[in-house]
Amino acid sequence: MTSHQSNFWNYYIFSKDHKMIAKQYLITGLIMALLGGLMAYVFRMQLAFPGEAVPGFGDVDSGTYNQLITLHGTIMVFWVGMPILLGAFGNFLIPLMIGADDMAFPTLNMMSYWTFFVSTLVLLASFFVEGGPASSGWTAYPPLSARPEYSGVMWGMNLWILAVALEFFSVLMGGVNYLTTTFNMRTKGMKFSRMPMFVWMQLAATVNFMFSVGPLIAGALMLLLDRTIGTSFFVPDKGGDPLLYQHLFWFFGHPEVYVLLLPSLGIVAEIIPTFSRKPLFGYKMILISTAFSSVLAFMVWAHHQFISGMDPRMAMPFGLLTIIISVPFAVVLFAYIATLWKGSITFTTPFLFAIAMIAEFLIGGVTGIINGAAAADIYVHDTYYVVSHFHFTLVPITIFGMLAGVYYWFPKFFGRMMNETLGKIHFWITAITFNVIFIPLLQMGMGGHQRRIPDPTEFEYLKGMMGMHKTATIALIILLIAQAFFIFNFFYSMYKGKKAEANPWKSTTLEWDAPSPPVAHGNFEVIPKVYRGPYEYSVPGCKQDWSPQSAETVN
Amino acid sequence: MLDWIVGYMPENIATFGEDIDYVINLIGYIVFIWWILAEGVLFYFLFSSRKKEGVKATYEDGSTMKAMSWVLIPVVLVLGFDLFIDYKSHSAWDKIKIQLPKADVVYRVMGQQFAWTYTHPGVDGKFGTGDDFEPDDLVVPVHQVVHTVISALDVIHSLWIPNLRFKQDSVPGRIITGWFEATKTGDYPIACAELCGTGHGVMASTLKVLEADAYKSWVAQQSAAALAQ
Ligand SMILES: [Cu+2]
Ligand SMILES: [Cu+2]
Repeated sequence: MTSHQSNFWNYYIFSKDHKMIAKQYLITGLIMALLGGLMAYVFRMQLAFPGEAVPGFGDVDSGTYNQLITLHGTIMVFWVGMPILLGAFGNFLIPLMIGADDMAFPTLNMMSYWTFFVSTLVLLASFFVEGGPASSGWTAYPPLSARPEYSGVMWGMNLWILAVALEFFSVLMGGVNYLTTTFNMRTKGMKFSRMPMFVWMQLAATVNFMFSVGPLIAGALMLLLDRTIGTSFFVPDKGGDPLLYQHLFWFFGHPEVYVLLLPSLGIVAEIIPTFSRKPLFGYKMILISTAFSSVLAFMVWAHHQFISGMDPRMAMPFGLLTIIISVPFAVVLFAYIATLWKGSITFTTPFLFAIAMIAEFLIGGVTGIINGAAAADIYVHDTYYVVSHFHFTLVPITIFGMLAGVYYWFPKFFGRMMNETLGKIHFWITAITFNVIFIPLLQMGMGGHQRRIPDPTEFEYLKGMMGMHKTATIALIILLIAQAFFIFNFFYSMYKGKKAEANPWKSTTLEWDAPSPPVAHGNFEVIPKVYRGPYEYSVPGCKQDWSPQSAETVN
Repeated sequence: MLDWIVGYMPENIATFGEDIDYVINLIGYIVFIWWILAEGVLFYFLFSSRKKEGVKATYEDGSTMKAMSWVLIPVVLVLGFDLFIDYKSHSAWDKIKIQLPKADVVYRVMGQQFAWTYTHPGVDGKFGTGDDFEPDDLVVPVHQVVHTVISALDVIHSLWIPNLRFKQDSVPGRIITGWFEATKTGDYPIACAELCGTGHGVMASTLKVLEADAYKSWVAQQSAAALAQ
């Protein structure tokens, strides 16, 4: 930060500026989202029209099908959700929202992105090795994943493990920055009780990740050893246990959902007050609920394993805790809804995506109760019902939450406004087609349609569901095409959009004190001081309906 | 009200299937009503709180106990329903997966890439004797308790019989005993529900539920054939 001389390389590439690193994460994540979406197009075409060559891709045999679904899940969770919700938004907003000039460790921050970039290359390289990429599902259950002869995939699976490990390493480096920066670099007056919910949620997500990832790293290492030097941690022929891996994986896997959910809820918590001109309802109540859910998150993992062969008596405590974990999230969602009450709402594109995040996530929440009830789960486990359920959680979280955030903070990222008309077209097509994809999947799951089979017509009882497969596939194609509205809007607005003022949405938090885009070195022209909480909208007695955190007095 | 979703469930032919269907329907109704209420309130607030010229938003940060009770009272109700659901679910779970009624028929079921192998102990009811046989289909008598002793040869599979509401992972290195009692004769599909490799989507077979007499003579005939070999 000492040298103001910047050339292309250290401005765009090896940047240590949190804002540029955030943009690197954002662009890489968006490209990966496109790739993950195109994979869904290929395997959904195969499902709707089994055996026919997929336009633009070709034939999908069952091995390719398994590879596509595996990489689709892997990419969407680890290469889209995490880099965008944590890497892009966390990096960009944490320093701005707490009034810091950068992250605590800028070099570590740069290394975090470049480790992520290398992990991306490793993952992409796995497409080109002999045998192709991993094919054991994103959960990589052994023994299928532990012995090359079971799946026919050799190096692809090893590279998958390596890529995921590198990605986790990158998130850990980022997390060290998020925690240190938030604890030590808050500006004067930024007490913890005045921190925007977004920052709290990033902290909670980081802590969840740090506490849960250890066992998974151990599991991944054991899996790699099983594959490469012939150990048998997870293969029973020499005394290993396949279920051990499942416990390690889901001990991480359940908190991992919250690693994505919490930042997304943080994004929504900023957008709803801004556009309803109201304080976030129950700030402390939301914080306490988040803390409670983060603790519970570590005690529910075996709900993924009710019929895995574990001791069936374990379903009792895990089922009970799983169903109870709906309580803190009910608090958060109800509080968000209550925030709207008697507001003065403007329906902008970011607001629409934020509301859709809640409205659709509610479906994900309520459908999950059936999975959490062990007896009902016997029937729906490993069917399309589960596939639909977790897409009703993860698509609102990663896609709707991310898009809400991009539309909302775009002026701060790039100094220009996105086009509202294109934004609304994008919103409505995306929101509608999303439901048309996943409601049929919910129905098919109830019909007993098992997951991860490339050709439903192999089963007589699934033939009647081909119409639903076709509906879902056509809706997906429309959804994917509609993303062109977003991509065009994104790049067009970056260069040709209306110039943004510092605070275009008349919002209260500190990032809106910085110019749009923020000052290249140091973010703010003058580092702001904080005088009040983050959501002081429509304060009685004030003429102006927003009271910025940094304003000493508001009229 | 829920026909558009639970209506897709195939016919139930297991004694414990009623319990599972009851839990699914119970949860279905509870969460569906909650969902309608939550979305209803959400959309009502969106509609009634849209920006009107000259009307300012009401300052309410939800920090008082009185305000918070608007959220906390519904949440307490949610908790109540949760506990009720959990109680019902676990009574059913206990009956299906923990209690094991005495077996009338025992099958060994082996999952392997990519087929299910069923071993019947033959007329003598003992495994490892000359009259054991391996039928292509899982043939069972109606109204009798069948035990399935499930294991796997290579990777994890999952024995999935939708009409029986039966699903159990088969795990290499473990022997897991499950049970069911079919209530209706006929042919029903069997599949594999756990991704097990390239042939996962073709691990199809059939459950044949026969009348007791037909079953008995089928076993006798199969055993005799096995002994003759
Ligand atoms: Cu979970
Ligand atoms: Cu299988």
